[in-house]
Amino acid sequence: MSVIVAENLTKRFGAFTAVDAISFSVSEGEIFGFLGANGAGKTTAMRMLCGLSRPTSGRGIVAGFDAALQPELVKASIGYMSQKFSLYEDLKVWENIRLYAGIYGVSASSIPTVIDQTLERLGFGTERNALVGSLPLGWKQKLAFAVAMVHKPRIVFLDEPTGGVDPVARRQFWEMIYEAADAGVTIFVTTHYMDEAEYCHRVSIMVDGRVEALDQPRELKRLHSVPSMQEVFFQLARRARRKEA
Amino acid sequence: MNSAYAENLHLRLGATQAVDDVSFAVDQGEIFGIIGPDGAGKTTLFRILTTLLLADSGRATVDGLDVVADYRAIRSRVGYMPGRFSLYQDLTVEENLSFFAAVFNTTISENYDLIKDIYGQIEPFKHRRAGALSGGMKQKLALSCALIHRPSVLFLDEPTTGVDPVSRAELWQMLGKLRTEGITILVSTPYMDEAQLCDRIALMQNGRFLQVATPDEIVKAFNGRLWSVSAGRMSALLRDLRAHPAVASCHAFGDSHHVTFKDPHADGTQLESYLAGLGHQEVRITTSEPSIEDCFMALTLSGGGQ
Repeated sequence: MSVIVAENLTKRFGAFTAVDAISFSVSEGEIFGFLGANGAGKTTAMRMLCGLSRPTSGRGIVAGFDAALQPELVKASIGYMSQKFSLYEDLKVWENIRLYAGIYGVSASSIPTVIDQTLERLGFGTERNALVGSLPLGWKQKLAFAVAMVHKPRIVFLDEPTGGVDPVARRQFWEMIYEAADAGVTIFVTTHYMDEAEYCHRVSIMVDGRVEALDQPRELKRLHSVPSMQEVFFQLARRARRKEA
Repeated sequence: MNSAYAENLHLRLGATQAVDDVSFAVDQGEIFGIIGPDGAGKTTLFRILTTLLLADSGRATVDGLDVVADYRAIRSRVGYMPGRFSLYQDLTVEENLSFFAAVFNTTISENYDLIKDIYGQIEPFKHRRAGALSGGMKQKLALSCALIHRPSVLFLDEPTTGVDPVSRAELWQMLGKLRTEGITILVSTPYMDEAQLCDRIALMQNGRFLQVATPDEIVKAFNGRLWSVSAGRMSALLRDLRAHPAVASCHAFGDSHHVTFKDPHADGTQLESYLAGLGHQEVRITTSEPSIEDCFMALTLSGGGQ
């Protein structure tokens, strides 16, 4: 069953077509890698799917809801985390969990349980009262992922979740992604680490606003006759005409 | 003479030992990479070397000048591109560049040769406000501004973080060209694959240098053999490999898992029957050349970084 569907999804800003009629669908429990160079249109596409920006034409269906017409229902069905902003540094670990659980509509009576379960799952027992700002980045990102999941969404959007994270923590993060996917959660993830592209079930590569490739990593490598996703990416992204401007 | 030199540098920031007994020397014309994750102390170290922070103890020189006694002279000789975009967002591209040239008592035309490859790419947009530029263009402008006074030592703090692989490759090409101009480059990055593009690197974690050497030397120093294992179900394979009593470490590495054994010289093919017994199919086990990332993880997991 498809839980994310893009149908000719398009966004124009004036004369500039940021996202150019992209179409794809993502199945339940799938880890879908959404790759592309800076400026290829990934963020704009993701914002439309999350109900934060209205498409110029085409549509996005997420968790069964039209992202343009029912954005609030979409938002309630998804989790979202980005590298840039996710947690409040000057709140404690448990306070961040409480805050987001409240925002995501978890009932007040079950919030204490959610906090305990989240801390236990992360192995953060002794960090409960630590300020988030004092944690290493790798820990913050694991916490941010757990926080994006407090309301048990069916779909999680992860925007460059591992940028700058140390190599060990980066892999631990992907193990959390696998666990969630095994439990049926759909993962929509962007990354600039090409080894992480290999961990995805399927990968799409955007070039100049269009999806230029979409398949399993293994198939993409076969199709382009190269040994790694890094080289697949280079072959496609170097064709870009659109200069970042 | 060393272009940059540090001896037992220490700096504590709050509860964190941000720089912990760091010593190294960089030769003139070298690309020296400081490789480490967010929070390793890379930025703090750069701020000490560029005279923006004072170390608690230890000594450092840049271009032969002491970072404390000669801080004014150093400031006119180094170029510094901070990790966060720090130009004037409400000035145009050209105004920013003219401003930096004027501050360093020079003009754009005087050093245009040095920056033309980089600045030339954004010059068509020279009347655009810096704040309205894309990430890649901001970076080119920042690099142009850091170079406009022809510094002898260039400090680049994470110039490629959050940048896609193609743009990263372009930036490294530019650095290669600057080196041929005799400029010494100290560059920090969290991307381990960029280590190969440096002449020498320091692996940094928790304020400490774990190792300083050429990328090849670091790979050669990897203890024992590394094995690459793949199978149909990669996620189950990871769990099963870790559960094997002879396995010391197992990490996902793109389309295979990298495995080391407690006995560094053990033969990895001993896993074949074990994995077959657990129902794994399409099992492939081969030896693998360690990457810098393998070396970094081995060093941090052996406690070198703690």
